[in-house]
Amino acid sequence: MTTYYTKDHEWIRVDGDTGTVGITSYAAGQLGDVVYVELPETGAKFARGDDFAVVESVKAASDVYAPVSGSVMEVNSALSDAPEKVNEAAEGDAWFVRVKLADADELSGLMDEAAYAVFCEGL
Amino acid sequence: MADTTTETLRRTALHPLHVEYGAKLVPFAGYEMPVQFPDGVKEEHLWTRSEAGLFDVSHMGPSFLTLASGMRRDAAAHEEISALIETLVPSDIKGLKPGQARLTVLLNADGGVLDDLIITRPYEEDRQGELYIVVNGAMKEQDWGIFESALAGKAVLTRADNGVLLALQGPKAENVLSAHFPECAALKFMECRRLELNGETFVVSRCGYTGEDGFEVLGRASEGTELAALLLDDPRVRPIGLGARDSLRLEAGLCLYGHDLAPDISPVEADLSWVIQRRRRVAGDFPGAARILQELKDGPARRRVGIRPLERAPAREGTEIFVGGEAVGVVTSGGFGPSIDAPVTMGYVAAAHAAPGTKIDLMVRGKARPAEIASLPFIPARYKR
Repeated sequence: MTTYYTKDHEWIRVDGDTGTVGITSYAAGQLGDVVYVELPETGAKFARGDDFAVVESVKAASDVYAPVSGSVMEVNSALSDAPEKVNEAAEGDAWFVRVKLADADELSGLMDEAAYAVFCEGL
Repeated sequence: MADTTTETLRRTALHPLHVEYGAKLVPFAGYEMPVQFPDGVKEEHLWTRSEAGLFDVSHMGPSFLTLASGMRRDAAAHEEISALIETLVPSDIKGLKPGQARLTVLLNADGGVLDDLIITRPYEEDRQGELYIVVNGAMKEQDWGIFESALAGKAVLTRADNGVLLALQGPKAENVLSAHFPECAALKFMECRRLELNGETFVVSRCGYTGEDGFEVLGRASEGTELAALLLDDPRVRPIGLGARDSLRLEAGLCLYGHDLAPDISPVEADLSWVIQRRRRVAGDFPGAARILQELKDGPARRRVGIRPLERAPAREGTEIFVGGEAVGVVTSGGFGPSIDAPVTMGYVAAAHAAPGTKIDLMVRGKARPAEIASLPFIPARYKR
């Protein structure tokens, strides 16, 4: 399994042709206390860069963008009752969706962990 | 997220303290202001409700209106200065007791709200020809311009926004502040005194913007900064940013100018009819009186209401409100209330749908979300009356 990162602070952990998607700890820290997460329906299809979820803090709502094109196989429904998990375990238990990748070649446009760390330092 | 404003932001005297306490600073009302500290909005909000939160509100517009005839002690002086400001606001300013403060609204000729403000009659005998007026930071240039044009040389406006204005809010505020100003404990909600600390005078009012008991304290820049540092040394006090200020005032059902109040909204629509005291209603001698008196008599076409979303999704400003598929209003403030642990919202709806308990739909990202009209405030006020 390899984890890739986007400039919009999403991560995707890829296993074969499926991926688990969430927002990074850096993003969660910037948002502050997460009070609501809106997830897509299972079966929903989206293209790379589409907004597919919304994460809301006390103050504001932010879109979450699809790191790659694909279709939703499963959503993390635990987040509806416990959105604060996003602050506690953004890159673990608080994953958003599992997707079936439409085009694995899109992954080459993403950052690996080391590159993402450098990217965040420059912000 | 980045704000690419090129205008030069002002800093308050407390800026070094904000930095010292790890504030995340954002542009607000022309100032660089703390939106949150490392505790985060939710923690800061809850701390203010259980302990005491210190807010830097030096960006606001404290000012003094003083009769040109100088400092006077005679009873007529208060009447004279009040008569000047009563041409702009619908509240009974003449009827204020010494040391009493009142919320009011600055009106345009159509009875719309240009700002909300607090006017205080000084307690001190030698200041009866003066009014202490605090307006919103984002509106102060407009408001002060309007004041000056109404004064006709009979009074002088002194801007006091080069000092420090602090708000100490929460159930521990009285205990904390009375260590420095013992007399503050005797003040009741919306009362004001000039109090001394180490020979320096501060203007202390028992009021605030959180629904909690608390005080606002005006001082000069260096002395006010020293006071802020002293207060923050108290373990019951934490610095609070604008994020929590917004969620606190929203739970308390208090309006934010530019959102819940605007030039096309009348005080009657805004559910602020109580700022118009009887003498002024009878006289009808304020801007936009025709519309406002009509609305008082027949009821306004739309009303400001509290809204409780029945699901967890917050409804933000601009969200449309529907009843049975028909658009009936719009959300003007919306977010999440940490104390009630649920989304909280205010907005305007057609009067027919304004009764608490009315079922409505909030159109959030294209989806109708069930909600109902709720009475304000969302949490009971804890003012010391």
